[in-house]
Amino acid sequence: MNILLLSGSTIGSKTRIAMEHCYKQLKQHSPESEITFIDLADYQLQFSDGRHYLDYDGDTAHVTQSIMNADIIMIGSPIFQASIPGTLKNVFDLLPTDGLRDKVISMIITAGSSKHYLVPMIQLKPILTYMKGSVVDDYVFIEEKDYHLKEIVNDDVFLRIDRLIDDTITQYDALQYTKEKEVEKYGF
Amino acid sequence: MENYKINPDNGLEFGIYTLGDHLPNPHTNERPSAQNRLRELVEYAKLADQAGLDFFSVGESHQSYFATQAHSVVLSAIAQATEQIKIGSSSTIISTSDPVRVFEDFATIDLLSGGRTEIVAGRASRIGLFNLLGYDLNDYEALFEEKFELLNQINQQDVVNWEGEFRAPLKNAEILPRPVGGSLPIWRAVGGTPASAIKAGRLGVPMFMAHLGGPVSVFKQTIDAYRQALTQSGFDPSTKPVATAGFFYAAETSQQALRDLYPHINEGMKRTNGQGFPKQHFAQGVDPKNVMNIGSPQEIIEKILYQHEQFNHQRYIAQIDFGGMPFDQLQRNIELIGTEILPAVKKYTKK
Repeated sequence: MNILLLSGSTIGSKTRIAMEHCYKQLKQHSPESEITFIDLADYQLQFSDGRHYLDYDGDTAHVTQSIMNADIIMIGSPIFQASIPGTLKNVFDLLPTDGLRDKVISMIITAGSSKHYLVPMIQLKPILTYMKGSVVDDYVFIEEKDYHLKEIVNDDVFLRIDRLIDDTITQYDALQYTKEKEVEKYGF
Repeated sequence: MENYKINPDNGLEFGIYTLGDHLPNPHTNERPSAQNRLRELVEYAKLADQAGLDFFSVGESHQSYFATQAHSVVLSAIAQATEQIKIGSSSTIISTSDPVRVFEDFATIDLLSGGRTEIVAGRASRIGLFNLLGYDLNDYEALFEEKFELLNQINQQDVVNWEGEFRAPLKNAEILPRPVGGSLPIWRAVGGTPASAIKAGRLGVPMFMAHLGGPVSVFKQTIDAYRQALTQSGFDPSTKPVATAGFFYAAETSQQALRDLYPHINEGMKRTNGQGFPKQHFAQGVDPKNVMNIGSPQEIIEKILYQHEQFNHQRYIAQIDFGGMPFDQLQRNIELIGTEILPAVKKYTKK
């Protein structure tokens, strides 16, 4: 199982901190998996110009190919101006229209306040389902008040991240089950 | 249609195309040497010729897992090895070539083959060749349109005067040799969307439409859009041929056909396109209303006749060899086409 953690912002620290914690937990939960951590702040991505994803080079090729090679993607995103950051939207724009097919996707969202709670539902989930991702229903929503001095201080956040990891892996297993059923049904 | 060497009275033409892919057989993970793959393509064309098929074409690709970068050279070998079958490209990436050289090459192949040669000109779906051959990707669309137009002008005029952005001007240029009938059939490759088909219609050139899977009705919209654009631009649709091209595989039963073909398509597409083919979609390929021609010979005959009724197209071109398909299976398919499918298709579509 190939798991990618994608921290989708080039500025700020909350999303990265939450994703680093998720990475640590995931390694314990699923030690046999290959886990990759990509923080978009560490890469220089070009804007999508419509070419095939295999035709990019450098950082852009590394990020797009890591996504396409993943079985599970846990996306971390802040909310800026009532939406996901443009850097994260650009990542989706770089990929094929059905680029998330057969992949399980889950979301960890950080935001300044609870006003943004539904933003992932109306801004991020439609993109993921359009791209054929199998999206985990629940997501973790973390607010400004859950952090202090660049640390998560609300224990409930840790428990919610643990549950999200658990749900994500379970959904992946369920997807494998449906694949097996597909093979049985079609006979090829 | 005579300009394009097609007589619809003889019924729907049936052809074979290969992209010239050089992929491992997914069951063994081995692939032949490039030399053997190229020789296999010539043998494949010979089989198609002997089975009485109408057309055989070879594509140009400049990326890994392909062997026909010099597709016109391969076509030249095929011209020499075959007797009757029409041959062509599928497609020639005109955007990154000099139309003068392309015309010289294909006119030469036409002379060598006794007037059997055609060009299908396309834009490329992958763009590595722009860097390789020294072109700017920003000119993707402009390069194709200018060069395609020049290629058509060279085809129609013995003496060419031309000026454009991407090539030195031509002043009273005689582009030689001239092909057997004075000109070559030149088709525009279309990816299956109406937007792309309309461009072919506006120019009044024949359309070579590639399709993966999906309902016939969706591709009918593309063909309708092409013919509508022809009419709006002052051309008579009854004089402009349409060819459709897609996956084909015949076996004893449709289940067997799916089983035989799927791993080649899925693994091959993963390598060349970075994504496999969804199994559920592929399984629907055997549906009578699906444009993919996969099934038993009888099912395929019915599919092709249904497509002909809907499209009223002049040529269907089958892709069978993608993804390291073993040669004996290609042989078996050509045999089924020649002995069962082609005679039935001709019988019901000829006038």
